[in-house]
Amino acid sequence: MSKPADLVQGTLDMLILKIVALEPINGWAISQRLKQISSDVLGVSDGSLYPALHKLEQRGWITAQWKSSGNNRRAKFYSMTRLGRKQLEKETADWNRISTAISGIVKLKEA
Amino acid sequence: MSFEQWFHTLPLRWRDRFRRKQVDKELQDELHDHLEQQIQLNIEKGMSKEDARYAALRALGGVTQIEQQCRDARGHSFIENAIQDLRYGFRQLFRSPGFSILTILCLTLGIGANAAVFSWAEGILFRPYPAVAHQEQLVALAGTARGEPGATETSWPDFLDLQRNCTLCDAVFVTKITGTTLSIGDHAEVATGSIVSANYFDAIGVHPILGRGFEPGEDVGSNSHAVVVISYDLWQKRFKGDPQIVGKMQRLNNVPHTVIGVTPQGFYGTFVGWAMNFWVPASMEETFESDGYKLEDRGARWIEGYVRLKPGVRRAQAQDEITAIATRLEANYPATNRGRNIKLWPLWQTPFNNARTLLPTLQIMTAVVAFVLLIACANVGNLLLVRAFTRRHEMSIRMAIGAKSSRLLRQLLTEGLILAGFGAAGGLLVAYWCRHVLVLLFPRRSGTAMYLPGQIDWHVMLLSTGICLIATLVLGLVPAFQARSIDLAEALKAESSNVTTARRRAWMRSGLIVFQVCVSFILLAGAVLLLESLQKIRTTSPGFSTSSVVETSVSLVAAGYDVQQAKSFQDELIDRVRALPGVESAAYARVTPLGYGSFSSTPIAVDGYQPPPEEQPSVDYNQVGPAYFATLGIPLTSGREFTRADDENAPLVAIVNRTMQARYWGSQDPIGRRLQVKGKWARVIGVAADSKYESMREDPKPFFYVPLLQDFVRGPALNIRTTEPLQTISAALLREVHALDGNLALYETITLQEQVDRSTSAQLVAVTLVSILAGLALLLAAVGLYGVMSYAVAQSMRELGLRMALGASSADLLRLVITRGLRLTAGGVFLGAVAALALTRLLGRLLYNVSPRDPWAFGAALAVMTITTVAACFFPGWRATRADPARVLRD
Repeated sequence: MSKPADLVQGTLDMLILKIVALEPINGWAISQRLKQISSDVLGVSDGSLYPALHKLEQRGWITAQWKSSGNNRRAKFYSMTRLGRKQLEKETADWNRISTAISGIVKLKEA
Repeated sequence: MSFEQWFHTLPLRWRDRFRRKQVDKELQDELHDHLEQQIQLNIEKGMSKEDARYAALRALGGVTQIEQQCRDARGHSFIENAIQDLRYGFRQLFRSPGFSILTILCLTLGIGANAAVFSWAEGILFRPYPAVAHQEQLVALAGTARGEPGATETSWPDFLDLQRNCTLCDAVFVTKITGTTLSIGDHAEVATGSIVSANYFDAIGVHPILGRGFEPGEDVGSNSHAVVVISYDLWQKRFKGDPQIVGKMQRLNNVPHTVIGVTPQGFYGTFVGWAMNFWVPASMEETFESDGYKLEDRGARWIEGYVRLKPGVRRAQAQDEITAIATRLEANYPATNRGRNIKLWPLWQTPFNNARTLLPTLQIMTAVVAFVLLIACANVGNLLLVRAFTRRHEMSIRMAIGAKSSRLLRQLLTEGLILAGFGAAGGLLVAYWCRHVLVLLFPRRSGTAMYLPGQIDWHVMLLSTGICLIATLVLGLVPAFQARSIDLAEALKAESSNVTTARRRAWMRSGLIVFQVCVSFILLAGAVLLLESLQKIRTTSPGFSTSSVVETSVSLVAAGYDVQQAKSFQDELIDRVRALPGVESAAYARVTPLGYGSFSSTPIAVDGYQPPPEEQPSVDYNQVGPAYFATLGIPLTSGREFTRADDENAPLVAIVNRTMQARYWGSQDPIGRRLQVKGKWARVIGVAADSKYESMREDPKPFFYVPLLQDFVRGPALNIRTTEPLQTISAALLREVHALDGNLALYETITLQEQVDRSTSAQLVAVTLVSILAGLALLLAAVGLYGVMSYAVAQSMRELGLRMALGASSADLLRLVITRGLRLTAGGVFLGAVAALALTRLLGRLLYNVSPRDPWAFGAALAVMTITTVAACFFPGWRATRADPARVLRD
């Protein structure tokens, strides 16, 4: 039910923010993007996507609007807020710092 | 959370809270939309419709769970929790109305008593003058004399010098209370007013709504500016709100005055105790004061001063400057100012008007109501302990299903806030109802009621809110403290009655009772002490007869009599009065002792007496007519009374009292010796016994008398010794006065006993208030004791039943319960007595001839406390004896 165990804590937030940052987008499309980009490696279940979206909305990082999505259907579209952009920058920077450090260690040659 | 975040979050929270259905619907739509698209995609991938749907559902997971997770992700807002807590709190309070009402009642009494007394202090001491601007910059100004306690009035020339030379003061202004009989149409009524300096209205920042205030220079000269400013109330009531009032003439004390202004509504002047109806400039002083022109007499001290300090100037700085001015005055005018200083007081310590009379009472009251609040809180604490016990189960369940302790604490604090909020609201209501109560406690004089309003302003509100918040903390924290020690597993077992926690709780409850008894005892002891001293004051002889002597006066000044007219009128009237049936003797005196008027004071010199350097002996005196001593029943120890022969043409004479004789002549006989009064030498012809002059509480002090005819005043008081009842003599007097002059008004006729009672009314007020509050405290303590004993009896029913089964009689059980109660009381009384021994000294100025450690008072308090305890324990004990031992033991 919950987030996949191998997904580093907080990373899902960053991924969603990154996707929403590109263009206003609805939930289903986000799930598709996640799958495409990460080639299903991350294995984010659709079930954990929505609570995450609602949490981000509650924090004021993304904001939602009901728009028509073609096929005569109305869908909830998420878009980025100024706060969200700042948060994304921060998380990306953190991520880069940590991943650089980790990959540096992983690449150490064994003596 | 940043502002920007709130900007996004608040509308969401709002929707969550108040558009719950819509939000849920949208969530469903969103998930539904997701499924539809996924199904579509699956079909496009070549799945059958059924399979596509199934796969999409599986990929998403349980829809209901996701919905719940989304709701959880949105979280619970603070507002939502608060609303929930409030709703729950109210429900809890309604569920146990007995507890709620009792708690709110206790808090209402506690907070109400505090708010009422504080509103009195605010309205009488701290911001006594409604509509006067920036009262925090006002200080009172009065003179002091070296070697003498207390304060004196100020003289007009001294005031002028202060006004000219004080650079740290925005303004120095003076007032003197006066009165007149105001005849408008055919209706005459007493009106109270002030003689003021011309800068008065500017200095206090009150601007007339009609006309103008006084102009500079209108307080210069003798009867030179007959103008009057009237109060809004007088304008409305007596002049029917006449819009053309400015410029009209009104006779005051038979002198036509031009009405020049009307003050705003809600302005009552600057005299604590009476609402002013009119103001006249000091130049009209002779028209209103009975003893002549005083604006050029530096020795005549008759006015009460105020100073408005410049912004940022402290009282001590201004005091330094004023002391310097006073020292210069002392050097320049030694005859009148030697040994004299001028002092500034904060408004609440104003040494004149009724602020002075009421200050000690209000100080004591502040302490007393704080005690009452403590007792009320202890009661509430006890109630809460019982309630916490009954709610233990609820709390354990809430904790067991995962409530955080902070959440529980918030719930308890919310409930406390509701209770305290109701208590505070009730308390303010009580204060509002009680704002004019002080006046009721004072005897009315001359038909006019005093004006002593309580003031409920933001200071009072703030204080009540503060008390309310503290009470909330207590109300919330006591049960929280109890909840903290809940052992979940233990408490959930419905019947667990843990012996140790029960004992700890019992200990706390007993502690609270001991505390209540202790505080009640202090209050009781204080009340009894005050009662005792009132008794002593009222039964102590003032040194003159009080029962068979009546006093009144005729308003000759108000009627515009000149000195010669007044003299012949007085002669005729006293002859007629002496001829009345039942009258033994009658005599004039400028001031009747213990009355409202104050005695004149004069610098004196005595042949053969060398005063200490830097000191100018100054003694109060009275101008009295022939037969004064016989009429008042003041014994002469040697020499003779004044007679009609001691008139303006005869050699000046004086009669001194015993204390004055002892101080200035020692063991020698003063008769025939010389005494200098107001710069003239008089011969002492008699020595009178000491008596009380201005206050029943004063120590014997030097005092002397001069014949009225040798120091004449137009409006003296008339004292009559008679065997007739008051009504008879009063009616006869009025007939005689009107026979002489139909236009004259007779002031109130009262017995000297009444006069003495009025002079001790501050004591009466203190006794009444302290007694009421001590009674209240006792009642609260009794309720607390009753509650604790009832509870204890209910808890130990098994034990009592067992005793009964083993053969204890009803009397034994009753004795057992009452003994337990008395044991608690004994502890409280012991602590209370120790505390009272230290605290009753604070009654200081209110006690008269009673030691603050008077054993009788402590004994009486003990007796009352014991009786109350027995009464409070009797019912629970009696109930214990009624119980059926078989049933109690079976249950």
